[in-house]
Amino acid sequence: MSGTNVASRMRGLAVLAGVAALLPLVLVNNYYYEVAILVGLNAIVCVGLNLLIGYAGQISLGHAGFFGLGAYGSAVLTARYGWPPLAAMAAATFAVAALAFVIGRPILRLRGHYLAMATLGLGIIISIVVATEDRITGGPDGMAVPPLSAFGLTLAGERSWYWVIAAVLVLSVWLALNLIESPRGRALRALHGSEIAAEVAGIDSAREKLRVFVVSAIYAAIAGSLMAHYAGFITPAKVTFFHSIELVTMVVFGGMASTFGAVVGAAVLTTLPQALTVLKEYEMAVFGAVMMLTMVFMPRGLVPTLSSALNGRRR
Amino acid sequence: MSLLEVEGLAREFGGVNAISDLYFSVPAGTVFSIIGPNGAGKTTLLNLLSGVYAPSAGQIVFDGRPLSGRAPHEHAAAGIARTFQNLQVFFNMSALENVLVGRTLHDPCGLLAAMVRPPRLTRDERKAREEAATLMRFVGLTDWIDADADAMPYGALKRLEIARALAAQPRLLLLDEPAAGLNPVETQGIDTLISRLAKSGITVVLVEHNMRLVMGISDHILVLDYGKCLAEGTVEQVRNDPRVIEAYLGAAASA
Amino acid sequence: MSAQFLQFLLAGLTIGAIYALVALGFSIIYNASHVINFAQGEFVMIGGMATVSFVGLGWPLPLAIGAAVAGAALVGLALEKFAVEPARGASVVSLIIITIGASILLRGLASILWGKNIHAVPAFSGDVPISLGSATLVPQSLWVMGVTLVIVLLLSWFFGRTLLGKALLATSHNRLAAQLAGINVRQVLLVSFGLSAALGAVAGILVAPITFTSWDVGVMLGLKGFAAAILGGLGSGPGAVLGGLLLGVIEAMGAGYLSSAYKDVIAFVVILAVLFFLPSGLSGRRSTERV
Repeated sequence: MSGTNVASRMRGLAVLAGVAALLPLVLVNNYYYEVAILVGLNAIVCVGLNLLIGYAGQISLGHAGFFGLGAYGSAVLTARYGWPPLAAMAAATFAVAALAFVIGRPILRLRGHYLAMATLGLGIIISIVVATEDRITGGPDGMAVPPLSAFGLTLAGERSWYWVIAAVLVLSVWLALNLIESPRGRALRALHGSEIAAEVAGIDSAREKLRVFVVSAIYAAIAGSLMAHYAGFITPAKVTFFHSIELVTMVVFGGMASTFGAVVGAAVLTTLPQALTVLKEYEMAVFGAVMMLTMVFMPRGLVPTLSSALNGRRR
Repeated sequence: MSLLEVEGLAREFGGVNAISDLYFSVPAGTVFSIIGPNGAGKTTLLNLLSGVYAPSAGQIVFDGRPLSGRAPHEHAAAGIARTFQNLQVFFNMSALENVLVGRTLHDPCGLLAAMVRPPRLTRDERKAREEAATLMRFVGLTDWIDADADAMPYGALKRLEIARALAAQPRLLLLDEPAAGLNPVETQGIDTLISRLAKSGITVVLVEHNMRLVMGISDHILVLDYGKCLAEGTVEQVRNDPRVIEAYLGAAASA
Repeated sequence: MSAQFLQFLLAGLTIGAIYALVALGFSIIYNASHVINFAQGEFVMIGGMATVSFVGLGWPLPLAIGAAVAGAALVGLALEKFAVEPARGASVVSLIIITIGASILLRGLASILWGKNIHAVPAFSGDVPISLGSATLVPQSLWVMGVTLVIVLLLSWFFGRTLLGKALLATSHNRLAAQLAGINVRQVLLVSFGLSAALGAVAGILVAPITFTSWDVGVMLGLKGFAAAILGGLGSGPGAVLGGLLLGVIEAMGAGYLSSAYKDVIAFVVILAVLFFLPSGLSGRRSTERV
């Protein structure tokens, strides 16, 4: 994957913004808006996670933990302590970034399976703590979250939320694209290409991995906070191992090392279960099958595979 | 006045002494070649010099400062760059980006700046790309400036690694078998390139099997055998050393 | 020894034996293929649930157990054939996602096939508690520990004395050399998966009368079995057993003396602690990554 054509990436961004702007024309009722919002939220997390998995070549099976901490952080600070929502979001995001920074160093020294298991363990510990400390978090039944309000305005209703999430998504993608094109981003991709050559070229691999880990955690936390306010409610179901797996699947399915792939993956795999609501019981089996089939037949993911096919034999 | 000094360097792996008891110094601006049979420890030595391995014993002193036991990126920051015997090209990036990565130490860029991309960064990027392209032309890769790394032939990739190493503007350049797997024409090209590099004042430590190349270009030669120094000196001294002839050069000594 | 301590110890050893069996399954597959089989826990689930189904069909318990173990082994073989083998040489991330996908698929299929209810399995020899000093023990616990012991002895005989077992070991030490020595590595891989699946199933059947079984018991048991495997040193048989028993006891003690609500956290804290501080586990068995 290269063809790092800055122009083509910015074109992609314009397409994304265009789609986001025009989508409401086909969103006929609140339910569709809700699905679109969910897609947006998942996409934000996936864009960040893709930086870690696709570009830096690491893995995290615990990102729902960061998402959940962002959500619960906002929830607890606003509902129980009456903080203004934006301040709560900032504080929760900062706390998640700090956690990622502290635990990231030892965790990222691990490789492959061990890294996967460590992030898995971290995610599960977070989910258990959240479900158990019911006096703070409301336990398995969850807790209510006040709406997002700032500067005297309250964000309510599917349509308003849609525009906010769409804007945040476009911003997230723009930031990620910039990062990838920058010397920092190149350093990251170099690490993935050949860690030893990158190190010898002066790249401190431990520090770079840690940075991208923290960035991806921040993306997840912000998405979590937004989701908590949007839904007006948060339960531990969003913090589970399965949710972490869903996120990784979206990134992998959509295309690793492809920011737009992450968005597409989120879009497809969020709407698919909704479409399968009639076959709700099959959701899990289908998910598992998708994961397996993708990795066996389309290991680079949907968007890179399609773009290779469309570009003919360019690689 | 030596740029690089190695004192009592040793490295062992689970009881096997890959390198033992090595002493040599490399004056600045010279070409220092390391030869020896396969398994003699040449790549291990380069790994030690670039920080990929930490020494089991002994010291590496670079520009007067000890450098042993530090991470590879710290060796790079001190001014050491290298190429790899088994290509370690970034195949997930374009050729130009490979060279740009070589410049990482000279393109400081904070995380926030990277994400927000202020105009200064865009300007710096453009300049960096121009300089990288110039470097690619210098090593003879004019035809491949716009190519993806995974579309380039082997000979071009060997040169790409050299361009990448040069992009770091190193004081010391470690070349690990740059002519390996190249045909005579390509080897001649590498020969010329290394001469140009040597003339431009970079100190080069060269590991090579190609005796013509080594004899023609070196100021000093170190002969390694089983991780130990077999002989060291100028081209003439090494060429005529009976131990070397017996152990390594054999009939090729007259070539 | 206080009654409480003994009680916790016995409970810990019981569940520890289960973790040991699951951990052995992880180690055997890891040795043969350097793959961490995230679907290992699902074999545990299949063992218990299939037994429930067969018993529900009216089959006598021993037959139901045999069929369940055989069924799980078949699923293990299928997993190797259709998921792991096609992905030979794929990146680590790909393999992880494939086995996770397999575990989710199996769980999804289980929820469709067996519903989401919790099922009971009759204990092998009744429920009358036995007194052991000042503590009590259900007979099933003795079955768990006894069968585990027998299995461990059988496995050490298998790996030490039989040609097939030695072939498995040889492959784990050096795949290429094993191939050159004429060992059919593909077959070794299949056997490893089948064997691990059978072990998992046995564990699931043994523990079902104590903890009930349902479509999603596999997740936690699998993860804890993995924690035990790396605690003992991934790839080491004795390490798996030691790790399993130790984890079980630590968990029981932690739940008993510290906080029963956080019982499940213990295993994961163990995972993190081992990975951070003692990556080759207690047995010191290192899986070397050649640079």
